[in-house]
Amino acid sequence: MFACGVYGFITRKNMIAMLVSLELMLNAVDINFVVFNRYLFPGAFEGMFFTLFAIAIAAAETALAIAIIINIFRAEKNIDVRNLDKMKF
Amino acid sequence: MESVGSLILYFIVALAMILFSVLAVTTRKILRAATYLLFTLFAAAVAYFMMDYEFLGAVQIAVYAGGIVVLFVFAILLTSKPGDNTERLTSRSRGLGLVAALATLGVVGYALFSRCELLTAAKPNMEALDMVTIGTTLMGSSHAQYLLPFEAVSVLLLACIIGGVVVARRR
Repeated sequence: MFACGVYGFITRKNMIAMLVSLELMLNAVDINFVVFNRYLFPGAFEGMFFTLFAIAIAAAETALAIAIIINIFRAEKNIDVRNLDKMKF
Repeated sequence: MESVGSLILYFIVALAMILFSVLAVTTRKILRAATYLLFTLFAAAVAYFMMDYEFLGAVQIAVYAGGIVVLFVFAILLTSKPGDNTERLTSRSRGLGLVAALATLGVVGYALFSRCELLTAAKPNMEALDMVTIGTTLMGSSHAQYLLPFEAVSVLLLACIIGGVVVARRR
């Protein structure tokens, strides 16, 4: 799943598709946290709470990224990263 | 060892996760990519339920399936026509992506399979995690309790709301 996310992040040009890949990577890491917490330290909850906070932060990050993407689309009429070079020098 | 039913369920969930995540990054219609992402997130929620973290599975469904995927669908429909495909990938970027993905897969797979005895270990017993424990752990301020990160996340969400409004506002 993480490898899929890496592949998508590099190959995709659409910004939203890149964001989808990012979510895949985050979820893979979350599942890792929970599995290792469950199997190695069944008495402790650290991995679970880490995943909880990671989900909250991922939600915030996605909302903000989509706001930025929609704003870029409004200004530029496309969201391909190859075509967005206005702020490069 | 676990029962045969849970083992079969585990393989179904793992296969679904792998299949749908591959489809999500390889499909050419972006709306379908969002749908496959939704299925992957549901499979992850099922995995959390299977590991007896009911609260975490519920949070996963509520936040991801209920919030993030809806946001994705809105953004996709706002920024592209539903029918159009993305253009075909150049072989260079595809090769670069495949190399990076396979390298990551190799490193992670080696790290997992070098601890091979964990793969066959039985699931240790754990007392069910009730809501009182979760609540006191989130709101307590003593050792191994998470009041400060909780408040930090709340401030982060507030900043995110304000930032989203400021960014999306029409000037």
